[in-house]
Amino acid sequence: MAAKVLTVTSGKGGVGKTTLTANLGVALAMQGQRVVVIDADVGLRNLDVMLGLENRIVYDLVDVIEGRCRLRQALVRDKRLSELFLLPAAQTRDKSAVRPDDMVSVCESLREQHDFVLIDSPAGIEQGFRYAVAPADEILIVTNPEVAAVRDADRIIGLIEAEEQGPARLIINRIKPDMVRRGEMLDIADVVELLAIDLIGIVPEDQAILVSANRGQPLAFSSDSSSAGRAFHNIARRLLGEDVPFITLREPGVLEKLFRFVRSEGD
Amino acid sequence: MRLLGRLLGRREPSSSGEVARERLRLVLAHDRSNISPALLDTLKDEIITVISRHVAIDAEGVEVTFSQSAHETRLVADIPLMTRRGRRKG
Repeated sequence: MAAKVLTVTSGKGGVGKTTLTANLGVALAMQGQRVVVIDADVGLRNLDVMLGLENRIVYDLVDVIEGRCRLRQALVRDKRLSELFLLPAAQTRDKSAVRPDDMVSVCESLREQHDFVLIDSPAGIEQGFRYAVAPADEILIVTNPEVAAVRDADRIIGLIEAEEQGPARLIINRIKPDMVRRGEMLDIADVVELLAIDLIGIVPEDQAILVSANRGQPLAFSSDSSSAGRAFHNIARRLLGEDVPFITLREPGVLEKLFRFVRSEGD
Repeated sequence: MRLLGRLLGRREPSSSGEVARERLRLVLAHDRSNISPALLDTLKDEIITVISRHVAIDAEGVEVTFSQSAHETRLVADIPLMTRRGRRKG
């Protein structure tokens, strides 16, 4: 079976794309999937440190594109999960080193041997974003429940629709349930309604994320210990086609409304 | 107090979540339509000029806004006519 290529993007920086890519990669690999995560942020590589693989890099994406090594040689195998691989970004080059066609051909070569290819897109709407979404079968838009992040997500959705790419699905990251309850944060339903795309994940704000980044050990490795870790696994299961209910933030009345909304959007 | 305020029809100050939602609604309407607030003002002025040429309207009361649903954005002009009753009041 040929792999599915998913690009994780957001427009705005700092909303959690890299953390999400690392954790989804881990969660999918723990479900027995053969996964490659690609760091497409050439010049600002970070997916390697999120995964704790920074000391094992020999070649990178640009080496593959420019023919200095074979694709297989650039893939870093995660020792904790034998079917999880990282294709790192070049650190000493910039985004002009990669064209959309390059990403398409790299992903084509990966499709045969894997089940999922996850691409961690750079922030912005320029060249880096363009080549990151070029090979995508599906695009995961990450946003935070705040005005600037939702606005940028809307812009990205507009660009994706204009280029007839996608489909795009939404992940709302860093939600603080207590603030939502007090009315001091945008609600899930607000964001879904404004952006008008299908929701595939809600990840609560979780201090354990920083601890896991400190250690280079994504939270998803211990799926039951944290709320964010569970949320990553739920997204992975939804990507595999399972019908997993969304986490509850408020009293049932509001949540039921949300489910009805999400379902009616999917019809 | 809250209930009393509501009974008296007083508008409560919105929570910051509601403020964020309303600001986003507006900013997305501008972004999606590529109509800046300045352009919206120009449109409003010209609509007033054109309509006033034919009918008496209350120029002060004219509102040109966006209305938005999930999949479309509309430009809505609300133009109060100067009816006899309205004129007598003014």
